[in-house]
Amino acid sequence: MRRDGLRMGVPLGIATVNLRSPLGTVLGTGSAKEGSGRWWAERLSAVALIPLTLWFFFSLLLLPALDFETVRTWLAVPMTGFLAVLLVAVLAYHSYLGTMAVIEDYVHAHGAKTFWLLAVRFAYVLVGGAGIYAVLRVAFGAGVASGP
Amino acid sequence: MPTRNRPLSPHLSVYRWQIGNSLSILHRFTGAALALGLLALAFWLISIAGGEASYQSAARAFASPIGVLLLIGWTFAFFYHLFNGLRHLFWDVGLGFERRARHASGWLALLGACAATVCVWAFLWGSRP
Repeated sequence: MRRDGLRMGVPLGIATVNLRSPLGTVLGTGSAKEGSGRWWAERLSAVALIPLTLWFFFSLLLLPALDFETVRTWLAVPMTGFLAVLLVAVLAYHSYLGTMAVIEDYVHAHGAKTFWLLAVRFAYVLVGGAGIYAVLRVAFGAGVASGP
Repeated sequence: MPTRNRPLSPHLSVYRWQIGNSLSILHRFTGAALALGLLALAFWLISIAGGEASYQSAARAFASPIGVLLLIGWTFAFFYHLFNGLRHLFWDVGLGFERRARHASGWLALLGACAATVCVWAFLWGSRP
């Protein structure tokens, strides 16, 4: 926190003056708000998504067929299920950060903005959680009608 | 409320449309489209967990004309967001800011995404008629 404040400050002679008030520093207010933290989270999740999405895209594309048994068998492989869980989690997180930025930019009314920011959080936990739960169900063999 | 009529960012109307800002808004637009794609991905995974019958009905929905159109759109959105995201990561470490590099990488991201989309769907239709 202190390093962030110093980085945002203005160098005056030998000292750097922090332009945020002490209260503003604690609350993370100002035009940047949590600023650098969100920025880093976006970049790190973006970098993680490069291999994850490419793996998902191309391993799905290279399956011999897209019928139920082929896809289910593929998803039931431990490494596939593990990477699919990571994919859904990181994808939901990255998409959540992006959607938050869009709402903050375009929804100006305070009440509506607060409502949408909260609704989006619930929606992402719901969708991400459902996706991960589905992968785990396939991984641990529940709900397989045809049996082993 | 005096705050109601103040000009608020982003001031889209003051920009002349050119490659830089067009690709920037396309990055956001494809990101929003991919957020809806996450819903489709979750729906598809849930359909697999639900067994053969639920997978078949999900697969039928994706194979419908609207489903295929959406999937092609998501393919383009994915590749464009990936390529343009790479541009952003290069800018973040201070590379590629010069006018020539910016424009070249922008066109590369746009045309590369178009080419990748065509390749993927040509492969899909070629291998699974």
